Amino acid sequence: MAFYLKNPRNIINNLKSKVGLWSLMKQSHSTCCYSSCLNTIHLHRFLPLTTLPQFTNPESISHKKGHFPHFQRFQSTTTEKQIDSVPNDEHNQVLDFPGGKVVFSPEMRFLSESPSVYSQCYRVLDDAGQLISHSNFVPVSEEVAVKMYSNMVTLQTLDTIFYEAQRQGRISFYVTSIGEEAINIASAAALTSDDIVFPQYREPGVLLWRGFTLQEFANQCFGNKADYGKGRQMPIHYGSNKLNYFTVSSTIATQIPHAVGAAYSLKMDKKDACAVTYFGDGGTSEGDFHAAMNFAAVTESPVIFICRNNGWAISTPTSDQFRSDGIAVRGQAYGVRSIRVDGNDALAMYSAVRSARQMAVNEHRPILIEAVTYRVGHHSTSDDSTKYRPADEIEWWRMARDPVTRFRKWIEINGWWGSEAESQLRSSIRSQIAERAEKPPVNDLFTDVYDNIPSNLREQEKLLKETINRHPKDYPADVPI
Amino acid sequence: MGLRNIIGRRLGLGLVRRRKPFSTATCDGDGNGNAKSINLYSAINQALHIALETDNRAFVFGEDVSFGGVFRCTTGLADRFGKARVFNTPLCEQGIVGFGIGLAAMGNRAIAEIQFADYIYPAFDQIVNEAAKFRYRSGNQFNCGGLTIRAPYGAVGHGGHYHSQSPEAFFCHVPGIKVVIPRSPRQAKGLLLSCIRDPNPVVFFEPKWLYRLAVEEVPEHDYMLPLSEAEVIRQGSDITLVGWGAQLSVMEQACNEAEKDGISCELIDLKTLLPWDKETVEASVRKTGRVLISHEAPVTGGFGAEISASIVERCFLRLEAPVARVCGLDTPFPLVFEPFYMPTKNKILDAIKATVNY
Repeated sequence: MAFYLKNPRNIINNLKSKVGLWSLMKQSHSTCCYSSCLNTIHLHRFLPLTTLPQFTNPESISHKKGHFPHFQRFQSTTTEKQIDSVPNDEHNQVLDFPGGKVVFSPEMRFLSESPSVYSQCYRVLDDAGQLISHSNFVPVSEEVAVKMYSNMVTLQTLDTIFYEAQRQGRISFYVTSIGEEAINIASAAALTSDDIVFPQYREPGVLLWRGFTLQEFANQCFGNKADYGKGRQMPIHYGSNKLNYFTVSSTIATQIPHAVGAAYSLKMDKKDACAVTYFGDGGTSEGDFHAAMNFAAVTESPVIFICRNNGWAISTPTSDQFRSDGIAVRGQAYGVRSIRVDGNDALAMYSAVRSARQMAVNEHRPILIEAVTYRVGHHSTSDDSTKYRPADEIEWWRMARDPVTRFRKWIEINGWWGSEAESQLRSSIRSQIAERAEKPPVNDLFTDVYDNIPSNLREQEKLLKETINRHPKDYPADVPI
Repeated sequence: MGLRNIIGRRLGLGLVRRRKPFSTATCDGDGNGNAKSINLYSAINQALHIALETDNRAFVFGEDVSFGGVFRCTTGLADRFGKARVFNTPLCEQGIVGFGIGLAAMGNRAIAEIQFADYIYPAFDQIVNEAAKFRYRSGNQFNCGGLTIRAPYGAVGHGGHYHSQSPEAFFCHVPGIKVVIPRSPRQAKGLLLSCIRDPNPVVFFEPKWLYRLAVEEVPEHDYMLPLSEAEVIRQGSDITLVGWGAQLSVMEQACNEAEKDGISCELIDLKTLLPWDKETVEASVRKTGRVLISHEAPVTGGFGAEISASIVERCFLRLEAPVARVCGLDTPFPLVFEPFYMPTKNKILDAIKATVNY
């Protein structure tokens, strides 16, 4: 222990590479028993460190945390015990402030603004769809894997159909999820239908997985009579209470604290379910993200925060969005366990979300998952992203890093898929959707503002109908009066 | 209920030196059963106890609610119902309301406390863009009707900019929520229980000045008072006065003085500002031909403007005089200048006379 405390500068100066440091740490492992070495290591966590790396060495710590082969129950109490067992002697004085336990140090050290090691990104399939050796993942059955792949393809098809519909003027607006199919489908597959979803707006794949039909998507986009939302919102603002998918609202990150409240409710009801909320890299800058993370930790709510870090918030790259090493690192700041995952690796996503769910539900804790990916499409049909990023960059991600192709390769390697199955799938996705349906009646303008229609709205409805009678040409013909 | 005999003294402002027994129209929630003389915070505390006892999916949360709250409204709740149902939140109003919306969306009664109405603004986005639109935007698939947000509002004698605000007008402009303001302990208990049980998200402003100073007989049982029903608390024939919350006691003093000059004032407590009871106010103005609105919030864009515009639309030919508004000045709420800022009894009295003599 004294080795670390006395001459940190010499250690740093002598380090040639982080491998060197790790081997030093490994040495210390072998010379002392595991728990007391962890004491040492944890001691460093409390000393302000300028240049010693943060603890991301999988060998030393994370194997207890992130990478479990098949449901090794995470020993969440281990960390706390370590802190408590830091010896309290003249070198390691631990003191209790109301604001927390501290360990004093006469050396003034600032915590670095960035880790010297990037937070690891969990992936199990390489770009060729091959399983990486020594990887840990949650096994997926053939049936589930094939369903995942089919849904990813269907999501791509859905996006194509509706994107074109918008370009042809048949719907006013659309948002694609191109490049993020694995995040959508794999996370949905890892959840149960009882888990409550609070989406941002780039997660229709979750609805798709749960059984929302192409026609149901179309009804909302066309705002027709069969739209569950009664034609009130712009396209892609889906919602389905029967599928436990809360209605999308355009405001960024507002759904995140809702998920925490919902998770708290699930905990109180002792349900075998969690809340899940999705948001992008941009959404993490909103105060609601911060509020929700903090509340989730304090209330010990079973909620999974899934951040789709796709590199862009409309035209704003992540370098203009934050200066932290991504999102997962922020978890610790709130006391929330977190992981960074390759969002284009469907198997890794599935594993991470599955494991997160188990921890959330069984241990009543929030989990933050940062899924790194790339937004291949434009932000929306109102955006042309070639204005702020190179077209060849987009193409490269679309082709070389396509999550759908990558997963397909893996299921083909397993013998679960082939070209015949592929052509069958593509032809079976029916693109016939009824759009020329009637719109909801104008009465639906006034209902659901409150549970009952108040007198001021009754009055306004009456006046409006009189106006419509006088000036029918001012009003769209497809909205029944 | 005579508001003058409810209020003891208004510290630092015009004092009510004599307590005259005074009878007004009786309010609902009367009747059988025990009633005890308690103050406003105790009445609210009773309502919360009843809310939690009658619905095991009711929760109370906010900053400092666990030990009883900075105004003691949540005393005893954590001990009685446990930390899982009554708990402190981090210091974050947007989180309090966002969390509350999620809790309510799952069918619970989420009773959120904002420590002072002056601090409600971080939650404004959640209230306006989320809570108010939750049912409508989902086509009634979802709702957060179980959400009630309580906040102390209004002048307290020494509150300055950030402990005295009356922000009701901002919320009255938001279709989808309700805004309710009680004038007294008995009203507060019944109205709060109605708000909690109403299937729409409600913002409930409690006049902090009355927390200790207003004492009234409040029935001990579980009772509710109707929302969106204004109450004529004093009958009159020459002029209609409309107000809410703590301001009503000041208006009542003005009415008493006006009476000495032979002016008969009708005083209406709006109680619910959104959706508000136009019919009751209109019926009264049809009777008197004159209306005066008074509120602490600044006059420009205050809720008095909405009432004035609606009454003029409906009663133009009946009006004998312009609609009068006696309100706070268009300034941030000042400390030393509070007595000058406030719509005091004499300002109201002057306006009553000017309106009657128009």
